[in-house]
Amino acid sequence: MSVLVYTESEQGNFKKGALEVASYAKAVANQLGTTVTAVAINANDTSALGNYGVDKVLNISNAQLDNFNANAYAAAIKQAAEQESAQVVIVSSSANSKYLAPLLAVGLNAGYVSNVVEAPSSTSPFTVKRTAFTNKAFETTQINTDIKIVGVSNNAFGLVENTGSASAEAFSPSIPELGVTVESVDKATDKVTIADAEIVVSGGRGLKGPENWGMIEELAEVLGAATACSKPVSDLGWRPHSEHVGQTGKPVASNLYIAIGISGAIQHLAGINASKVKVVINTDPEAPFFKAADYGVVGDAFQVVPELIEKLKAFKAQQ
Amino acid sequence: MKILVCISHVPDTTSKINFSDNNTKFDPTGVQFVINPNDEFGLTRAMWFKEKQGAQVTVANVGGADTEPTLRKALAIGADEAIRVNMPATDGFSVAKQLANVVKDGGYDLVIAGRESIDYNGGMVPGMIAGLIGANFVNNCIGLEVDGTSAKAVREIDGGKESVSTSLPLVIGGQKGLVEESDLRIPNMRGIMMARKKPLTVVEPVAVSAETSSVAFEKPAPKGAVTLVSPDNLDELVNLLHNEAKVI
Repeated sequence: MSVLVYTESEQGNFKKGALEVASYAKAVANQLGTTVTAVAINANDTSALGNYGVDKVLNISNAQLDNFNANAYAAAIKQAAEQESAQVVIVSSSANSKYLAPLLAVGLNAGYVSNVVEAPSSTSPFTVKRTAFTNKAFETTQINTDIKIVGVSNNAFGLVENTGSASAEAFSPSIPELGVTVESVDKATDKVTIADAEIVVSGGRGLKGPENWGMIEELAEVLGAATACSKPVSDLGWRPHSEHVGQTGKPVASNLYIAIGISGAIQHLAGINASKVKVVINTDPEAPFFKAADYGVVGDAFQVVPELIEKLKAFKAQQ
Repeated sequence: MKILVCISHVPDTTSKINFSDNNTKFDPTGVQFVINPNDEFGLTRAMWFKEKQGAQVTVANVGGADTEPTLRKALAIGADEAIRVNMPATDGFSVAKQLANVVKDGGYDLVIAGRESIDYNGGMVPGMIAGLIGANFVNNCIGLEVDGTSAKAVREIDGGKESVSTSLPLVIGGQKGLVEESDLRIPNMRGIMMARKKPLTVVEPVAVSAETSSVAFEKPAPKGAVTLVSPDNLDELVNLLHNEAKVI
């Protein structure tokens, strides 16, 4: 019996989300009085996982898994769960983890709860708190099956360091037919993604045109943030659709969300409300975003943003 | 090609969300229900397959009789027939089992569902259907072409997109990008009249047990008022973000 966690890596390196779900898995294992086993697929170095509470790592190294494939990854994690007699399986809220989790749930005949924001409030019955109604409410959900799958919301639990070390062993699951073959990937590798980012800087139609995005990118760079945009901006083709955040775009659950020239339509707010701290910069004091934000600046983005960049640079230099 | 489009009946985004029975149930009083936006993009793509490739399009929903107006709207947009599985949609897994059963009975080649519903946001039904029927599955799908039994799809990934090739039978977790917002259709009078005559079949559910169950709901604590910072005093904003919010 153990808690199994899928620790996602990219180009062999663990994502921050992997360390966060490892921290969550440790909390669950403590509640259940058991240990944490991580599954790592084609990761270079798994020693970091020990610092976040992992006791044992099952290392899968297989060239067939170089490209993400939900079917194959779900099958590999299922076999790991069976070998470890896992009672609880923890996954992140990355696009890939959300893709494979339902397949894993069918494979293990396990109840799956996504968007979980806290450690279980009880382990018998197994009860977790999640967001629902697009962040307008929380739902407390009970998982009734023997094996439970918990999908942890990004940046909800945070990193919890642990003193320990993880033993590693090779694991060679059998890989099913892939069914879906990756032909090409179109992805900027040098940028922080919205899903992984702790800070997101987002621009709206108030920026007047795509040529004005230089200051958004500079602000993001100073903060180590991802860039995002509102729906009209992606509809107008000013920015790629992959940057569109909101109800029909990507969900954002960052620690800090900075909205520049975004009025705050309800569909936009629904997608970004899970962010912990929201800052709005807008010329219109009546913009609905001011009601949803924690901090606001009523002012012209073209003056405020360059000045804010200077102030932040000075602040970062001091640190 | 036979297409099944799964339709979730959800509160409109602008609805106020309330709970009843001591915060254990969603309260539909005064709520306007719509086709789940992610499903509507998929339905519109299915209409394209119908018009260009002669596909036959069925829509399905798991829910009570109160969800039928949403299915009628999908028929008015152009689906050929509708199926309602007569069971309250309690949890994602049992909904997926009902829909998988509909897919098996109807022999559908392509199943299009939204990547998630905007009410419970489970994001699990499309993948579970695929797992249950043993079909290929592409989630976060923003582009889809079908030629005979082979399919090409584009999937949104964190930070970009990915092109994949696969084959039917196929399940899609769809979203905006499958079609654009400007392609969405508002039912016209003729469509509405025709929808009344199209078949809406009610089928009884297969026996399932709830793998997960909702215990209680709560609303987030009311947010405090925004702290306004003068544009002439941005040092204060940096200070607040560092010392008060502790996010930089």
